[in-house]
Amino acid sequence: MSLRSPLGRVLGRGAAKEGVHHWWLQRLTSIALVPLSIGFVVSLLALPALDYSTLIAWVRQGGTALGLILFVLVAARHSQLGLRVVIEDYVHTVGLKTLALVLVDFSHVVGAAAAVLAVIKIASGGRW
Amino acid sequence: MVEFTLPKNSKITQGKTWPHAPKAVHETEFRIYRWNPDDGANPRVDTYYVDRDDCAPMVLDALIWIKNNIDPTLTFRRSCREGVCGSCAMNIDGTNTLACTKAMDDAKAPLRIYPLPHQPVVKDLVPDLKNFYAQYASIEPWLKTVTATPEKEWKQTHEDRTKLDGMYECILCACCSTSCPSYWWNSDRYLGPAALLQANRWVQDSRDEATGERLDNLEDPFRLYRCHTIMNCSKACPKGLNPAKEIAVLKKAMVDRQV
Repeated sequence: MSLRSPLGRVLGRGAAKEGVHHWWLQRLTSIALVPLSIGFVVSLLALPALDYSTLIAWVRQGGTALGLILFVLVAARHSQLGLRVVIEDYVHTVGLKTLALVLVDFSHVVGAAAAVLAVIKIASGGRW
Repeated sequence: MVEFTLPKNSKITQGKTWPHAPKAVHETEFRIYRWNPDDGANPRVDTYYVDRDDCAPMVLDALIWIKNNIDPTLTFRRSCREGVCGSCAMNIDGTNTLACTKAMDDAKAPLRIYPLPHQPVVKDLVPDLKNFYAQYASIEPWLKTVTATPEKEWKQTHEDRTKLDGMYECILCACCSTSCPSYWWNSDRYLGPAALLQANRWVQDSRDEATGERLDNLEDPFRLYRCHTIMNCSKACPKGLNPAKEIAVLKKAMVDRQV
């Protein structure tokens, strides 16, 4: 029970003066993902076979590595933004919500870094 | 984490079937949500039969007929009976709308009538809209100016006036906000479609001089950005307005002042 006025509760701690950047970035990453994801699938389908050596050769080809790195980074950022919203929407337990948001951020950074590292390693012939 | 258990008084039981009106020929069946805060019981759904030859065509007419002829304890809000006051907003046949402008024949029988969703219930079909009204008050719905008040009126071109069309008609019945899933989960922080449409009504007003301050107060991950364009609001609005579009206009205004 609270004796706070309804208006007092609505005004709460005031506006966070944030949200535009998140909204804009979410749209920006979705636009970028259109060519990046289509390009990824199309170039995979265009390969003569999907075995190990063909794929290694494909990653070492001209622009593939750049495309893959961009795809992974943009997809990771987009996913992190989206999951953040899902957690904010549904998780209301104070400590759990913060923990979930931290885990989402950390796991996306780790995932994206590992993927980028893998691409660089393959593209540079495993010498890096 | 996520609340899966229902709060107290959420389990609805089967209620009473009230007797038919004597000599009724054409009848429409109503299943109406009943809850009395005083009897300590869970809510129930009562069945009523409305004599169509003795009753005008709208759902509100039927509710008044039931109250007058069958069960005087049935509780609901109503006032203008012509879609102007917004008092008789309720969930009819699964959609939030005004009982006074919804024809009985436009809904599937039996007509299932519930209070507006996800609001505390005061009694029967009367929801507690304290939070909803406080959210409206929080957007400061009045003209704010710094310039000294002119001797006559604040002038506005016809073109600027038309920018308020589709917003000034809002009667604050709460059909839109209480139909929004995002509002259901976060109505303590998300302002909801009605308050945001009203906020845009003042942001778009050419006479208002507090546009920046108004946008500042909306720039928040919850107050504005909990809108995920689900668009139940636009579908529910009994006045045919488009709150989802007005929220999009607000989001655009937020970007416009940054780029």
